[in-house]
Amino acid sequence: MTERFLVLEDGTTLKGEGFGADNGTSGEMVFHTGMTGYQEIVSDPSYCGEIVMQTYPLAGNYGINRDDFETVTPFVYGFVAKEFCSSPSNFRSEETLHDYLRANNIPGLSGIDTRMLTKRIRAHGTMRAAMSGIGENAEQALERLRHSERESDLVQKTSTLKPYVVPGGGKRIVLIDFGMKHGILRELTKRDCHVTVVPYNYGWEAILRLKPDGILLSNGPGDPKDIPDSVATIRSMVGSYPVFGIGLGHQLLALATGADTERLSFGHRGPSHPVKDLTNDKVFITSQNHGYAVSRDSLAKTDLELTQVSVHDHSVEGIRHTVHPAFSVQYQPESSPGSEDMKHIYDEFLQLITDCTRNGKEDMYA
Amino acid sequence: MPKKTNIQTILVIGSGPIVIGQAAEFDYSGSQACQALSEEGYTVILANSNPATIMTDHTMADKVYMEPLTADFLTKIIRKEQPDAILPTLGGQTGLNMAVELDRSGILDAYNVELLGSSLSAIQKAEDREVFRSLMNDLGEPVPESTIVNSVEAASNFAASIGYPIIVRPAYTLGGTGGGMCYNANELEEIVRNGLAISPVNQCLIEKNIAGFKEIEYEVVRDKQDLAIAVCNMENIDPVGIHTGDSIVAAPSQTLSDREYQLLRNASLNIIRALEIEGGCNVQLAIDPNSFAYYVIEVNPRLSRSSALASKATGYPIAKIAAKIAIGLTLDEIVNPITGTTYACFEPSLDYVVTKIPRFPFDKFVTGNRYLGTQMKATGEVMAIGRSFEESLLKGIRSLEIGTEELWLPSLVELTVDELKNRLQKADDERLFVLAEVIRRDVPIDELYRLTQIDRFYLVKLQQLIGLEESLSAQPFSPGVMKQAKEAGLSDTHIARLWDVSVDQIYTFRMEQSITPVYKMVDTCAAEFESDTPYFYSTYEDENESQPSERKKILVIGSGPIRIGQGIEFDYATVHSVMAIQEMGYEAIIMNNNPETISTDFSISDKLYFEPLTLEDVMHVIDLEQPEGVILQFGGQTAINLADGLKRRNVTILGTNLEAIDKAEDRDKFEALLNELNLLRPKGKAVPQLDDAFDAARELGYPVLVRPSYVIGGSRMDVVHDEEELDAYLAKSDGADSEHPILIDKYLTGIEIEVDAISDGETVIVPGIMEHIERSGVHSGDSIAVYPPQRISQDVKEKCLDAAIKITRRMNAVGLINLQFIIDQGDVYVLEVNPRASRTIPFLSKITGVTMAALATRCILGESLQQMGYATGILPEQDAVSVKVPVFSFEKLRSVDTTLGPEMKSTGEAIGHDETLEKALYKGLKAASMPVPKDGAVLLTVADKDKQEALASAKRFHELGFHLYATKGTAAYMQNAGIPVTEVAKIGSAERNVISIIENLEVQLVVNTLTSGKQPRSDGFMIRREAVEHGIACLTNLDTANAILNVIDSTTFKATPMTSHQEVRS
Ligand SMILES: Nc1ncnc2c1ncn2[C@@H]1O[C@H](COP(=O)(O)OP(=O)(O)O)[C@@H](O)[C@H]1O
Ligand SMILES: Nc1ncnc2c1ncn2[C@@H]1O[C@H](COP(=O)(O)OP(=O)(O)O)[C@@H](O)[C@H]1O
Ligand SMILES: [Mg+2]
Ligand SMILES: [Mg+2]
Repeated sequence: MTERFLVLEDGTTLKGEGFGADNGTSGEMVFHTGMTGYQEIVSDPSYCGEIVMQTYPLAGNYGINRDDFETVTPFVYGFVAKEFCSSPSNFRSEETLHDYLRANNIPGLSGIDTRMLTKRIRAHGTMRAAMSGIGENAEQALERLRHSERESDLVQKTSTLKPYVVPGGGKRIVLIDFGMKHGILRELTKRDCHVTVVPYNYGWEAILRLKPDGILLSNGPGDPKDIPDSVATIRSMVGSYPVFGIGLGHQLLALATGADTERLSFGHRGPSHPVKDLTNDKVFITSQNHGYAVSRDSLAKTDLELTQVSVHDHSVEGIRHTVHPAFSVQYQPESSPGSEDMKHIYDEFLQLITDCTRNGKEDMYA
Repeated sequence: MPKKTNIQTILVIGSGPIVIGQAAEFDYSGSQACQALSEEGYTVILANSNPATIMTDHTMADKVYMEPLTADFLTKIIRKEQPDAILPTLGGQTGLNMAVELDRSGILDAYNVELLGSSLSAIQKAEDREVFRSLMNDLGEPVPESTIVNSVEAASNFAASIGYPIIVRPAYTLGGTGGGMCYNANELEEIVRNGLAISPVNQCLIEKNIAGFKEIEYEVVRDKQDLAIAVCNMENIDPVGIHTGDSIVAAPSQTLSDREYQLLRNASLNIIRALEIEGGCNVQLAIDPNSFAYYVIEVNPRLSRSSALASKATGYPIAKIAAKIAIGLTLDEIVNPITGTTYACFEPSLDYVVTKIPRFPFDKFVTGNRYLGTQMKATGEVMAIGRSFEESLLKGIRSLEIGTEELWLPSLVELTVDELKNRLQKADDERLFVLAEVIRRDVPIDELYRLTQIDRFYLVKLQQLIGLEESLSAQPFSPGVMKQAKEAGLSDTHIARLWDVSVDQIYTFRMEQSITPVYKMVDTCAAEFESDTPYFYSTYEDENESQPSERKKILVIGSGPIRIGQGIEFDYATVHSVMAIQEMGYEAIIMNNNPETISTDFSISDKLYFEPLTLEDVMHVIDLEQPEGVILQFGGQTAINLADGLKRRNVTILGTNLEAIDKAEDRDKFEALLNELNLLRPKGKAVPQLDDAFDAARELGYPVLVRPSYVIGGSRMDVVHDEEELDAYLAKSDGADSEHPILIDKYLTGIEIEVDAISDGETVIVPGIMEHIERSGVHSGDSIAVYPPQRISQDVKEKCLDAAIKITRRMNAVGLINLQFIIDQGDVYVLEVNPRASRTIPFLSKITGVTMAALATRCILGESLQQMGYATGILPEQDAVSVKVPVFSFEKLRSVDTTLGPEMKSTGEAIGHDETLEKALYKGLKAASMPVPKDGAVLLTVADKDKQEALASAKRFHELGFHLYATKGTAAYMQNAGIPVTEVAKIGSAERNVISIIENLEVQLVVNTLTSGKQPRSDGFMIRREAVEHGIACLTNLDTANAILNVIDSTTFKATPMTSHQEVRS
């Protein structure tokens, strides 16, 4: 076992064993409380720029299979778990987590007290951290940490460069890729939608020319305020088409309609966060992954209505536009990984589209 | 959601006596729920016939009824108390079945009592195999191909159509009772017949065999708003085919991908919603290791053994939450008691691995059938927590107290690879150790998988552990490997064996290298939220989260897994001790490893260490906490066994000290002590060689009682009546030497008396004396105990009391002490002295109103009984009579002989309490679900030595209008005495014979005193087993028979003709 160091902003230095790729890395240190789903996590573009630590001590038990990816090339900067399994066992397993990370140049770290680290992050809030490359010592890692800073081009990194079509016989959806999870695409194609995936910076006229029935703003990494142009584009969408936002897409919709966003101390990352739907007082278990949130007070002066809140910290989990057919949720209704309790929200989106087309465009512009 | 305001008084139904499949976990859930209900301001009425429970303490409910859990008695309670609602989902299968019966009887409607938790339709949907199947079909949830039968024929036909092996599962039964896998038509016929007999609705499910699938359980909770969550999922390491209760279980699941996890989670939530359960529910599923295909195995619409395990594994108190939901609260308004900041509507996230390992009774039942199947056999279980699977598994193994602290059984070393493989083919209770052994012999993983269907993930883990053993052996005293070993959970004893040095050497080396554990918190949320639960486990990592407080602390050692001879009674005492310690202003710290019990509920003590109870693990906690001292006497033999080692490490043992313990346990010292006090004990000899046994026995005179001075797990005691029997016994024994001689005692027949005393070193008080119905020779734990004594004279009582006080003083015992006597011709013989809490503490405490464990704890911590207002002597006797009736689980334990003897066999106890002995006995027997037939037929088969005595009993049965059947010898004897008896042929004969009349339920009672004649499958043995398999009471002791006769007598009238006056005239 080759030793590897993890250093944090607050000076914490941990020595463990390296796995995955040999190179070093630096990024935001975050933790995920899922006991399953590491394959989805390491391949979820929303983790671009982040070193993810799994709080469950064992990772890789069931290996890596060919189905459960959320993107073709993963963007996570690093992966940490107490122990990774070198001989996975599952009928779908194709390779070990180690081999997968190695093949994708993602460094991993094991053999550290991950619970201690989780408590640090909880106390200090999300910190920047650096992992040493194999052969590097702690000092060199610290150097890397000093020279690293928060990146503001994460969406650029993860979004598709060219638009592409996933044909279907149903509704025409334009899916704006801010770092989209394949889970979203899965849900749409499952519902026979004709999906056109376009880059985050795709122009408004170009979108108009696609003549969509509705627009879906995908999830994605980083701070929504890093992409003001997209916000502008979304502003013109609202009122023109039914809009549905997820994760980063939800935050962008909020910004586009006059609300504000804020950074959470250490975010919500887990498979089972309770969310209360204020419209019917029901609570749902949702799968979450976000470090930013729509600030609740900022909704006051907008046409947005608060529809869903986190039961734990009362942060904004869902909003709806009171005038136009537009709504969004902070969590991941497509799950992958985590609770699948909210999948029906995709049907609600398609229903909204149906209603709008039935009522005709007029009153949509009302 | 506001809680229900239309109800004020709630009747909670407990689960009754402890049997295999329904144990301490229901005391844990029940107490937790009762507290929750009181918290919410409801009046709680509790019904439970099990005296050895915390939930029956008067502090737990506003009113406690310790009456039999039968529709009759519950109806009486409902009439009297007129509750607004009843909550049956905490009382296990018993509670559910009672709810169903009460509803049928119409009493619930009559007094419009609302049913909380699960609706009746929900109970029926889940419990009635047929309704359940159709519900699953409606939901589109897959169930194995199956059919419902009410007859053997129907079963055979179905089997013919889908082929063997095939599974039989009776409806409304528990722990797989009566069910099983059948490999051929004969087995099917036998199992179905007895399954139909055992099912309250004479219904069996005949099902396609899916053994080999992964068995996964989900504990789900739902509120009336239809919010449903999965609290915990658990993966049975043993495949489907081995009962979950007998399976080694890991939590959370280790080998399921998120897709599989969510697939089964969705199914479970789907089901609890369809059943509209308001509370907790257990869903068992089977998933194909090679596809996404899965089946629903069963649903328990109530709290269960698994929900208790899940609560301890996650920290999420399911029973408490379920109770609050039952009275109308919703998950999003119930605060998560662990974090205090978040809410109960979330799914716990673990950052550790939990392993549960069952504890089997085969150390006691050596002849028992050890194969594991669909019928549960374990009496208890241990749970262990670690940061790796290896660590938690090994911690679990050393928590079992089965004589090994590792994946190694000496007995397996001699076996050949083929013998070992054969043992894997059909799993038994030692499979884990057999696996380890074959891995040592380099049998490839794939072959092991084929043999066991245990997922390769676990097999590889075992392989890696064996590999680690090898590198350890290769590098003695290498700090590096040592650290690795400790991180993997190896104990010092284990390493000591590999390095062939003493444990203390390992310990010192480790201390030099400062390789010591830290303690992590169980907080339900993987540290995502702040929480300060005082619930810890050890692991070898960086940060220690358990900060010792400034307060004075006392450490209490629990009693570990529940096994025959050491049951829930000891947890009861432990919990009371903890509460007393807290009342006295100390910090109470508890160590235990049993997930079923109340002592391991983190809200009971100031600090809970969920740890194995070996010297090593206990020392680590002591080193950290530096308590004033350790209390051992409430943790049964488990804790007492630690005394030696703790003394060696200069730990203060509070209360009765090591010397006293030694005086009681060392035969010679004990002898000396009794002589000194000139008290009698049965004459006895210790013989170092088997051949000496015969002379010794002859000298003492037969019958004698023989036992090895010590055998790991359970002393194999036996009464032998002649040379031949002695020869047979010695043949079975594993030899003797001067270290462990064979002990031979004169066997005295007399009244057995049991006394528990409390002492502060000066004052000795005896809350009460108990007299046994059965004569000596039947283990005190298996005989019916009566308080106050009914047969012995005042003078004898005095003698016993006097002896008890003398011994207690002479030993200067401080705390509790238990003494057993035999009264033979007015003389008092001392049988044994246990300087610790005993099985009878809860029973005595409840009936005398003295909370003995609490009082003892005060003494242990230095308070004086005198100052508490007590004077040496016995407390005034109560007028009412109370009996403690043993309960057995023989129907679960195939080929275990049911004859009562000096070896304890019962798994639980029930109480009967009333004005007269007969009334109390009636209740006691009812509560122990021992049938008390008013008429019908009795089968008598008694040994020659008992024939004369049996005559009287036979006469009485006849007079009470019972028809008598008997085998040749017995029949002849009775007929000569002029008692009409129908002779029945011996076993095996074609015509109507002794077995067939049992099979066809032509008799209601069997009296059988034929000893097993030392050869295992004697006639007597088969008659007894037949009776058990068909749910017919089989009495193996004439005293019990006479007691039942008295009860029948006093509850029925017999027809007697007038004496004719003619004769008088002429
Ligand atoms: N169709 C089947 N094929 C093989 N094994 C089965 C089947 N159904 C149940 N079992 C096994 O029998 C055990 C007991 O069955 P279950 O219905 O859960 O009874 P209980 O009510 O005692 O829990 C299960 O834990 C499972 O391992
Ligand atoms: N000398 C004896 N004569 C008659 N019965 C005895 C004798 N010794 C033991 N027994 C019977 O055996 C039972 C168990 O013996 P005991 O010494 O109490 O063992 P344990 O430690 O298991 O309680 C007693 O309850 C008693 O009924
Ligand atoms: Mg079951
Ligand atoms: Mg005894």
